Amino acid sequence: MATVEQRPSDAERPIGFGRLKRKEDARFIRGKGTYLDDIRLPGMVYGAMLRSPFAHARIVSIDTSRALAHPGVAAVVTAKDLETLGLAWMPTISYDTQAVLAGDKVRFQGQEVAFVIATDEYTANDALALIDVDYEPLAAVVNARKALDPDAPLIRDDKAGQLDNLASPTWEAGDEDATKLAFEQADTIVSRDIIYPRCHPAPLETCGIIADFNPETGQLDIYNGNQAPHAHRTVYAHVAGLAEHMIRIRCNDIGGGFGNKVPVYPGYVCAIAGSIVAGVPVKWVENRTENLTSTGFARDYVMHAEMCSRDGKITGLRVDVIADHGAFDSTAQPTKFPAGFFHIVCGSYDLQAAHVKVKAVYTNKAPGGVAYRCSFRITEAVYLVERMVDALALQMGVDPIELRMRSFIAPEQFPYETTTGWTYDSGNYAETMRVAMEIAGYEELRREQAEKRARGELMGIGVSFFTEGVGAGPRKHMDILGLAMNDGADLRLHPSGKAVVSISAQTQGQGHETTFAQIVAEELGIPPEDVEVRHGDTDRSPYGLGTYGSRSTPVSGAAVAVVSRKVRDKARLIAATMLEARPEDLAWEKGRWYVKGDPEKGALIEEITQRAYSGEPMPAGLEGGLDAQVIYDPPNLTYPYGAYIAVVDIDPDTAQVRIRRFIAVDDCGVRINPMIVEGQIHGGLAEGIGIALMEVITFDEEGNCLNSSFMDYLIPTALECPDFELGETVTPCPHHPLGAKGVGESPNVGSPPAIVNAVIDALHATHGVDHIDMPCTPARVWAAMQGRPEPPQ
Amino acid sequence: MQTPAPFEYERATSVDGALASLQRLGPAARVIAGGHSLLPMMKLRLATPEHLIDINDLAELSYIREEGEEIAIGALTRHVDLLKSELLAERFPMFADAESVIADPVVRNRGTIGGSLCQADAAEDLSAVCTAAKCTAVIRGAEGTRTVPIEEFHLGPYMTAVADGEILTEIRLPLRAGAGSAHEKVERRAGDWAIAAASAAVWMDGGTIADAGIALSAVGLTTIHVSRAEELLRAKAPSEELFAQAGELASADCSPMADGRGPVDYKRHLAGVLTQRALRRAVARALQQEA
Amino acid sequence: MQVSITINGEQVSRDVEARTLLVHFIRDTPGLTGTHWGCDTSNCGACVVLMDGKPLKSCTTLAAMCEGHEIRTVESLEVDGRLDPVQQGFHELHALQCGFCTPGMLMTARALLDDNPDPSELEIRTAISGAICRCTGYQNIVSAIRWAAEHEAAHKQEV
Repeated sequence: MATVEQRPSDAERPIGFGRLKRKEDARFIRGKGTYLDDIRLPGMVYGAMLRSPFAHARIVSIDTSRALAHPGVAAVVTAKDLETLGLAWMPTISYDTQAVLAGDKVRFQGQEVAFVIATDEYTANDALALIDVDYEPLAAVVNARKALDPDAPLIRDDKAGQLDNLASPTWEAGDEDATKLAFEQADTIVSRDIIYPRCHPAPLETCGIIADFNPETGQLDIYNGNQAPHAHRTVYAHVAGLAEHMIRIRCNDIGGGFGNKVPVYPGYVCAIAGSIVAGVPVKWVENRTENLTSTGFARDYVMHAEMCSRDGKITGLRVDVIADHGAFDSTAQPTKFPAGFFHIVCGSYDLQAAHVKVKAVYTNKAPGGVAYRCSFRITEAVYLVERMVDALALQMGVDPIELRMRSFIAPEQFPYETTTGWTYDSGNYAETMRVAMEIAGYEELRREQAEKRARGELMGIGVSFFTEGVGAGPRKHMDILGLAMNDGADLRLHPSGKAVVSISAQTQGQGHETTFAQIVAEELGIPPEDVEVRHGDTDRSPYGLGTYGSRSTPVSGAAVAVVSRKVRDKARLIAATMLEARPEDLAWEKGRWYVKGDPEKGALIEEITQRAYSGEPMPAGLEGGLDAQVIYDPPNLTYPYGAYIAVVDIDPDTAQVRIRRFIAVDDCGVRINPMIVEGQIHGGLAEGIGIALMEVITFDEEGNCLNSSFMDYLIPTALECPDFELGETVTPCPHHPLGAKGVGESPNVGSPPAIVNAVIDALHATHGVDHIDMPCTPARVWAAMQGRPEPPQ
Repeated sequence: MQTPAPFEYERATSVDGALASLQRLGPAARVIAGGHSLLPMMKLRLATPEHLIDINDLAELSYIREEGEEIAIGALTRHVDLLKSELLAERFPMFADAESVIADPVVRNRGTIGGSLCQADAAEDLSAVCTAAKCTAVIRGAEGTRTVPIEEFHLGPYMTAVADGEILTEIRLPLRAGAGSAHEKVERRAGDWAIAAASAAVWMDGGTIADAGIALSAVGLTTIHVSRAEELLRAKAPSEELFAQAGELASADCSPMADGRGPVDYKRHLAGVLTQRALRRAVARALQQEA
Repeated sequence: MQVSITINGEQVSRDVEARTLLVHFIRDTPGLTGTHWGCDTSNCGACVVLMDGKPLKSCTTLAAMCEGHEIRTVESLEVDGRLDPVQQGFHELHALQCGFCTPGMLMTARALLDDNPDPSELEIRTAISGAICRCTGYQNIVSAIRWAAEHEAAHKQEV
């Protein structure tokens, strides 16, 4: 890192946990990151994808002759070509199949139909217009609620035995009878139809790949921004019939993931097939329209819920969900969890009973559903439960925070087994809620609201409290495609005393190069600048399932702590030999083993490392060098939680919603780098504002996507985001080696319900609004104020 | 990224040169200034001109100056210059109101008033501003220059009075005593097109509105000129009731279409609300009651 | 056609198609992949560079249109091993995460401070409202630009 004007103090440059400025910044602030489209290889050619304009249509014929006649075009690949390679269809994470290129039919607007390979990007784009496809349009299924109607057109007629548009049969959690009883015993019941509309992670860098197959060696080199490189490699090995060790995936720098870069996309398979056949590198980078209309969307849950209370406390919850999975079931989640972790919808409350049912349907829309910081559907679950708690509070005439306080799981009840099968690890919910109230000045806000209301001004205060389960997950409970969700860490100390730690987790901006170095620093006392973090290269990192579901800190972070301790334990044995003491007589202070009775007598970690590599005798039975490997199997998920408060002002005439303040108090256990934690929270809150107020993917009746560019898929700018007010409580995770829980998705989980609750709070007393669906655009808020809220479609 | 289809490019060194090229190349040629309407359309292949004539070097078309009883604005004047113009801030603050919510600051460095008016998207804020200000468009062709009143300039969606072989060169705003103006816009997010917008200009004679200009963006196939509201306002003393009546006429006389920004009734409602707000501010500015 | 543009003080000349966008012209120049792109409709600001000192969306400009003008990209900010205060500020205040929007934000910030050395928070938020960040929620970017403004003012006072 070049000149820094002043030497930072020890507080600024901690050896271990603390607000350490990021190591990876050095290249990014200079514009020297290596993102996928920055990579050029000799002889590289460019792919472009022809996509269906229809949501549902039979393909009558594809004529590629005009495209092939273009001098700059090397090849045009269609389903027929892929069939000969056995690649026309590929498996999805949900054990469905997805067409790589459409053969018989197209099943969503934007579906991949043909892949052009040309000399350059502009030519490849030109060639798309030269491919003639004859379509026979069919009626489209666009509304998830209508997908199972008897007269609904059959989408997946490619699947033997598929007679309707059911993608995944009803999955249940909780206890139906106990819940029925709770409702019978209740004194207050509310019900709501609540939609979590389709939205999109839309990372700033779109998806892309470079596939480089060397026909002489049989090695397939892939450059690809993806969140789970090892899992992808396993899939490609399986699908392309290549040996896994002959495939190398390098991720380099990724311009945002947010779940969008978890799936294997048809463009990737086409580029790989193209390179295998042509023997030259093939680059394919999607444009923004392709990103929004064909890659993994998020949410699209149509929910019906009832919640009840007795003696002032929440007692029961019943939820029925239709999940819209699009044309192929490619939701990314653990095998036995077709609804992901949605059943954490029991929330942060000591319920008597809950019952959850989720079924999934196919529609003529892009495939996906699990993405955008959702923690495997926890965004949907928390949105539902926190909206319902407010609805119940309204019905009961009770302050929404008061109802929550009365109903929270108490600290002494942890570890707490919920009615739907979760074991929450630790929590002091009321305390966190109180901190949020204090930062917000809650009582003062309510007074201000009353005064404003009297003057006809619309101000709303909305609350949400969430508990989520992240860090998937224990082998005994979950896997993805049969692969254990365990992550590895390899730590090697070099003779110089500096270290390299290789991790399975893959950063897309979360700061792993800094935080994981800090973990090693904390455990071993090696300064973070002397710890290189390696990731994103399948040849140089241990097997693991990647970064999503906020699992980097809970799983990879734990792995790094454990592997550091292994190295430390080995160092102790070596130190004992060096100091001519017994290992049990040594004590550790950061960076040094010393003799308990004689603290002056010790060995620095650098000295121990040098010794490990030297010719001096090692302890009996111990090999030279100083390194260790770990594959970490988390014993449980971790359960971060938080209390959020949103303050909104609504223009009574134009219905525009402005977020005046947003207070977020997160408890993610021990914070390795508070600066990075806060940055993650800021980013997630901005996403939540987008989802609550403006982000949505909609379709017309024919299945045409109406939000296919950033002109209509609106993302908040700096003018829509307030200065966020953050607080923290720290309740360590009892089973994590560092007490850390993970936080990446929490802000996206907790913020939309707080904002929507605030909007309703602003409008209930004056306009009788007790429900509104997202996004709360001016038009939709106005319609609600007129007494007619409309669902998104 | 999506990329344009191939075309030929030339740079104009004079207005006459640009006109000569347009004549020579015919309707397959288009003039490009800021390019922030045209190039995005070309990238999406919604527009495929075969020739582009770059007029960005024609500095003689970029100016804002007082000329007698008018302000003359060159067609190549950038949005950012309209925003910062002290002359316009003093005489027609509705320009600054509109410019501060047109696109984003980076786009405003390039986009021009000529480009906006000629794009003729019904949601163009400047089209409403110029209509309310009762501008005249100056169009030059091979045969010479002609003027077109602004209410005859916008013929329909993406259609203007500028014929093949012609270029819009200037906008002229009449200067009259007692002027006040304002532009009000509601959008889904900063930088977005208007869901609806209203421009109001008034010319006060003592305590009476001598003349008014009211125009709306994004609530019709093209800019809506609310002449009935203008008639209502003339020779009247301003009042909240009067503004409300003007708003009702604006609501009634626009023809919004439902789309992703909103349904018809909401847009009509906004047309009314924003007309009132714009009028209120325009009058206050005219009477110098507003800072 | 032959297009010749001054980029970061140096003449870059290449034979390109008329339709070649400035962003591609820049990115095809060795060492200049710091300017990014993120959308098709001129909304995201990842491509912002400076033309004659003013922010410009390079995806919405033809390379040919830039002949005779001065283009500055993010690679021009560091001079002789010294980081520009905006770069330093972004590092100090954790104003970047994935780094993809960063070059566009840095160039916008640089131009803002050249034009307005003491911007308010609203002026900063307005100046960067043409660029989208998905990671940071903007708060630290605003703080970083304020840091750079204060740092530059202090530096000027010392000199």
